[in-house]
Amino acid sequence: MKTKLTVLTLVAVAGVALAAPQTFDFKDPKGINNAGFKLDAPLESINGSASGVYGTVAFDPENPGATKGKITVATASLIVPNPMQKQHMLGDKWLDATKFPTIIFESKAFKNVQTVGDTTTANVIGTFTLKGVSKELTVPVKLTYLKDKLSERVPNQKGDLLVIRSNFSIKRSDFNINPGQFEDKVSNAIEINLSIAGASLK
Amino acid sequence: MKRTLRVIALALVAGAIAFWAAAGANRGWTKTRVPRKIVDEVTGLEGIQWQNRFVPGVDFLGAALLGAGVLTGISLFIPAKSKGSKNQNKQ
Repeated sequence: MKTKLTVLTLVAVAGVALAAPQTFDFKDPKGINNAGFKLDAPLESINGSASGVYGTVAFDPENPGATKGKITVATASLIVPNPMQKQHMLGDKWLDATKFPTIIFESKAFKNVQTVGDTTTANVIGTFTLKGVSKELTVPVKLTYLKDKLSERVPNQKGDLLVIRSNFSIKRSDFNINPGQFEDKVSNAIEINLSIAGASLK
Repeated sequence: MKRTLRVIALALVAGAIAFWAAAGANRGWTKTRVPRKIVDEVTGLEGIQWQNRFVPGVDFLGAALLGAGVLTGISLFIPAKSKGSKNQNKQ
């Protein structure tokens, strides 16, 4: 009886362990991960990107709808082609990178989850924090689970990859970034394009 | 001197326009970095690599025009050499 209980316990523990989500680390050693942004104002179009992307996502290939995670972008890593524009953008009148060094998206729940093969699309409800202001957003995401592909990307490392792509838009006025000011040159709408890959080591 | 300043001003404008046009006639602000797309073969992700490159914009043209204007303005305050003064110098 005692042996049976032990075996049952082990099976149950193994089952829980197998069903547990994998944690993917989004600090990219290849430097590909980026968050692009575009502001298309009547007088000026500003295109840039941020490379300082990091965070973790807990993803279960058997249950993608239960995915949870937090992705952070270092504000100081935002780059635009013009040095003066970059200085203004990170300065205290706009993003105030010294006082607000991170931009964060933290997921709360996945809705409308659809999985075909290794690819899952969903709408993620989460909290987006920019310049100290947090707002709840629903953003579309596409997750691609690449089992055992880590070694192809990073030699000498074995594991899985999770690719996240998302395009969404925010309004700078919602985040207290010079609301109502200079909208002919710096549009209120900011299009964000997230393209990141995370690794889960085995 | 007057003539020299005006020639320099003209050369400055012509040179700036030629450089701006040769660099792609960028109608935005001057860029010191340009993005280049790189594709990660395993994930298919498109990354952005920033390269240091000077691409003159309309502010560069504006600065050249301003410089040329200043030179032309200075030339207006330089008195023209008269034939009489030339003769006086010869004597």
